[in-house]
Amino acid sequence: MKADSNLERVLSSGKFAVTAEIGPPMSASADPVRKKAEAMKGSADAFNLTDNQTAMSRMSSIACATILIQQGMEPVVQMTCRDRNRIAMQSDVLGASALGVRNILCLSGDHQSFGNMKEAKNVYDVDSIQELMILRKMRDEGKLWNDDELEVAPQLFLGAAANPFADPFEFRVTRLGKKVTAGADFVQTQSIYDMERFEKWMGLVRARGLHEKVHILAGVMPLKSHKIALYMKNKVSGMIVPDAIVDRMRNAKDPKEVGVRICEEQIAHLKSIEGVHGVHIMAVNWEEIVPRIVSEAGLTPR
Amino acid sequence: MIIGEQKPLKEICEILEGHRRILVAGCRSCVAICLAGGEKEVGILAESLRLHSDLRGKGWEIDEVTVERQCEKEWVHDIAPRIEGKDAVLSIACGVGAQTIQAIYPKVRALPGLNTSNMGAPMEPGIFMEKCGGCGDCVIHLTGGICPIVRCAKSLLNGPCGGSQNGKCEIGKDTPCAWEEIHQSLKELGRLDLLEANIPPKDWTPSRSGGPRKIVRPESVIGEAEKLMRGER
Repeated sequence: MKADSNLERVLSSGKFAVTAEIGPPMSASADPVRKKAEAMKGSADAFNLTDNQTAMSRMSSIACATILIQQGMEPVVQMTCRDRNRIAMQSDVLGASALGVRNILCLSGDHQSFGNMKEAKNVYDVDSIQELMILRKMRDEGKLWNDDELEVAPQLFLGAAANPFADPFEFRVTRLGKKVTAGADFVQTQSIYDMERFEKWMGLVRARGLHEKVHILAGVMPLKSHKIALYMKNKVSGMIVPDAIVDRMRNAKDPKEVGVRICEEQIAHLKSIEGVHGVHIMAVNWEEIVPRIVSEAGLTPR
Repeated sequence: MIIGEQKPLKEICEILEGHRRILVAGCRSCVAICLAGGEKEVGILAESLRLHSDLRGKGWEIDEVTVERQCEKEWVHDIAPRIEGKDAVLSIACGVGAQTIQAIYPKVRALPGLNTSNMGAPMEPGIFMEKCGGCGDCVIHLTGGICPIVRCAKSLLNGPCGGSQNGKCEIGKDTPCAWEEIHQSLKELGRLDLLEANIPPKDWTPSRSGGPRKIVRPESVIGEAEKLMRGER
């Protein structure tokens, strides 16, 4: 075991894993985090805390992770390269580890032009693959990137993102391979709506044998409304939403119910794909629906 | 070349507030090619300022000059007679030119009339694109002759992020994804193998992170004695 996190144990034992995302609040109070966490407890093996998602300042993912640990839940800390250079990154990793964080997801981060402070300067001292290299060295060699010895090395289960729907498509599997080489133990994908393309991508992943080197958790995002489906299709770059899904949401009498059903159907499909070791549920601003989806998808108890 | 863009007239007028005898100074190099600070632009700007002064009763005396290369002190020395009696030089050369004027004429205020944007190239008439990040440690032999440092919005060194779609960057449909271009270029070159290797964290010391950069070419450096002999100004 690299980190002996719950997520690592579940995945190593060959069980189908579930992770779910929690969006930190724009607040200095721990209460909203506790409330969301309480509502989701027992519905996943570990919970991702997003890191200033879409480049808006929110409570730090490490602080939220600490609150989750106090609630007896396991966090996955998301850490982007947008807001910290390698000095801050390594410092954050040591701090997070000292507070009990065992899973860290390495990300480039959304560009600040998406956010509410577009005039900010980004960092990008390193990219997400270099972040993996740095964190793996800290864990495996007990050294900072410059070779300074750490008194105690962090225990980490390292995650990365993969987007089968971004371009150039033929490079997407190469990029996953690079992340595996750099140290990714698990991967969470972008939300999947275009199952055909995801299957095609998984085929290429298997052809390279990557599914045996890294745990792939397939990303799903339940749709709340037709408007959100359209937004995902037209406004979110690196996302493909087929018309069939948009139409189903448009024609729905109860869009939320249909959104949940689509998500459950997707999970059932994803479970059947060779090399998919779990699902990652991103119910943005709708976290309370996660326990129901997990239960109805037959993935409880956790 | 250096790409720049003139500041809006309103901002220039605000910057000029409190000055009277003003020399508008352009440059015949990069900023002339990108149609921002050459002789023609100097003429138009000077005329606009005279008009503004007449309409608003500013009492500005506007003179104009265009230097061959405003970043080289030899050329800037030559305009000493035109600087005489002025209380401000409005430079529409790049920031290097404006600073050279300030260094040579410490008693006159050098004011910026142009925003220096980037190191780029003319793409088609009237369109200029940033091309080089000036990082001090070029990597384009690994990236198909395309600079990821500045042409990728995140300066990624190991391929496109998840926001690249249909050849465009996630920041906007007008911005090509540099990594899509790199992929395309390496494919044409038959060198997609270069994309398989992980590039480790970059050493940014030759970049701005090492502080202001200075390049010394020892064979060209002349000693104090020789400077005196040559009558260096």
